[in-house]
Amino acid sequence: MAEHESHKLMSITTLLAFTPWPAVSASILFILLVTALYLARGTAHQAISATANALAKGLRLASHSVAHAEQRLAARNREVLLAAGREAKERIVEREFTRVGDTVRKDLAGYPELHRRLSEAIIRMEEQQAKAVEVPPDVPGWAQAVKVVANIDARNAGADILSDIHKSMVKSHSEAMGAYRKSSGERHSLLRRMMPDWRLVTETLGHVAKSVESVIARALTIDRHMEEYEAIVRGEDRAVSVLSSSSIVYFFVSLLVLAVATAGAAVNFTLIARPMAEMVGGTSFIGVLRTADIAALVIIMVEISMGLFLMESLRITRLFPVIGALSDQMRVRMIMVTFTILLLMASVEAGLAYMRELLLKDELATSALLRGDATDTMLSGHMWITTAAQMGMGFVLPFALVFVAIPLETFVHSLRTVVGLIAIGILRALALLLRVLGNTFRHVGGLAQRLYDLPLFVPLWIEMRMAATEPAGGAPGSRGPSGEGRSLRGARP
Amino acid sequence: MRTRALLLAAAATALASCGASAPHNTGVYLLVDTSGSYNRQLNKAEQIVLYALSRLQPLDSIAVARIDAGSFSEKNIIAKASFDDRPSSTNRQKRAFATRVESFVGESRPAAFTDITGGILQAIEFLNEKHTGRKEILIFSDMKEDLAKGYVRNIPMDFRGFEVVALNVTKLHSDNFDPREYLSRLDDWRARVEKGGGRWRVINDLDHLDGLL
Repeated sequence: MAEHESHKLMSITTLLAFTPWPAVSASILFILLVTALYLARGTAHQAISATANALAKGLRLASHSVAHAEQRLAARNREVLLAAGREAKERIVEREFTRVGDTVRKDLAGYPELHRRLSEAIIRMEEQQAKAVEVPPDVPGWAQAVKVVANIDARNAGADILSDIHKSMVKSHSEAMGAYRKSSGERHSLLRRMMPDWRLVTETLGHVAKSVESVIARALTIDRHMEEYEAIVRGEDRAVSVLSSSSIVYFFVSLLVLAVATAGAAVNFTLIARPMAEMVGGTSFIGVLRTADIAALVIIMVEISMGLFLMESLRITRLFPVIGALSDQMRVRMIMVTFTILLLMASVEAGLAYMRELLLKDELATSALLRGDATDTMLSGHMWITTAAQMGMGFVLPFALVFVAIPLETFVHSLRTVVGLIAIGILRALALLLRVLGNTFRHVGGLAQRLYDLPLFVPLWIEMRMAATEPAGGAPGSRGPSGEGRSLRGARP
Repeated sequence: MRTRALLLAAAATALASCGASAPHNTGVYLLVDTSGSYNRQLNKAEQIVLYALSRLQPLDSIAVARIDAGSFSEKNIIAKASFDDRPSSTNRQKRAFATRVESFVGESRPAAFTDITGGILQAIEFLNEKHTGRKEILIFSDMKEDLAKGYVRNIPMDFRGFEVVALNVTKLHSDNFDPREYLSRLDDWRARVEKGGGRWRVINDLDHLDGLL
């Protein structure tokens, strides 16, 4: 390094030695350099300008290209989003219609029977009401005669007759009153018998009202979904915005649920990995992984796959269109087969969990023996709880993992949108960066021209003075050695 | 045709890489000195055996042999075992092994001579036959060799791939008078092992066997 520095110093010394005075040599060299730079000024400016422009244009072109790609991706993302939203809405509306259909089938299918019962109840009530009409007591037609007889003079000895008549009337009155009371009782009895019919009618009508209200509520929900569906079909920006934000929310929620499911799978793995060593050996390796661990992982993966197929066959998820398109009979068969396999695997896992507990006890006993500590072999009488819990977990976890299919489907569907949004963001940032770089290069070109002119301030000043003293419309050759008037104007401070 | 040849070559390479994996198991051969006063130290040897058993895994091998007048013999092997691939079987084998060693410690009689070299030769032979990935010879002795008349043990030994660990190397009465005897005894054994291509260690503190196995 020092040698290189000394060599450079010697070169400079040699360069300044062509006159006896180094300062004079340096001045001459500077003047020559400035002259050369002044003479080459036009070409150098052109070169700088061309380079800067080429870079700026290239970057601007790249920026346009990236922006175009971003627009295409945004359009595609929008289409994907709308298609996904349309499909989801179709599913929701379909489900709502199914629910309405179920309600109608369940409640209103029995409407003729209901109607008949209502009619019968009403007829019964009418009949009983007709029977219960109050019959007015007979008007005693001979009351006037009694009045006349009563006005006969007493001396005509009609008193006895009147007395008899009075007695007869009292008797007749009491009999009429008895008959009236009896008929009133019968009417009240008939009215009492109408009460169950009234209740039946009220109850039936209430039931009908509830069903109708339910249908009306469903219809309102369907209306709302249909409005949203129409907005999606029209491709409205608001619909796209709502779908986009929903998709991001679904993505993070499904990611969270998948993380929980992964933790569950890890627990499942821990339960069965150890006893697996008894089946496939504890020391063989495939690559860097133990064969027992791989076998345990395979079992868990098969369970998850079976869960996926089960969910697909039940038409809860729609990841595999082939399964969804199968006939109902075939789907039912598939449900039975996948469920049976899951049941078998869950039973195997429960057995393995039990085996794990036995192995653990065996290992603890051996370790205690090898340590010479016999007390450790005494295990608590409540250890069966742990064993039962492990077996229960081994049996339940495969079925719990079945439900991973739902968040997985949501994750897969929302992933497309989220990845698209991220890619759009990256492309947008890249386009901006390229544009900024292009502008920077353009300005750097101008700056480089100014820096080039900096040591040439003396000849440029002279040139400017000469141009100022020359009359306007001078000879074409009076534009200076550079031959570029624009450069001269640019050189003015 | 060319594609098929490439596929065959790739398959052959994959098979070769799968099949030719080196063994990862461990083989342990413990030599227990039963000569003279050292016979009283056998309880400590039993602890070492139990420690070794607790450290060994399925597919590992272990043997415990006695050092007496003529140690280069299979008859000197007290107990040996190659553990099964299944952990439960391994545990059963370990318990049986521990029981055999325990009964040996209770019944052992002091030997008149100390043929350490013969025991080491037997250990090398045993472990080479087992083809274990790691080979450990543990010598529980004061390392003072005392051969009976007629036994030739001045022979070179191949310790390549072996680690020889001298455990509980007690000082003899004569060592107290001249400690150089003790140091030169250990240096001689170190030189012998390292000359044969092996590694040599001495562990006297039996409460800290963590580095062992």
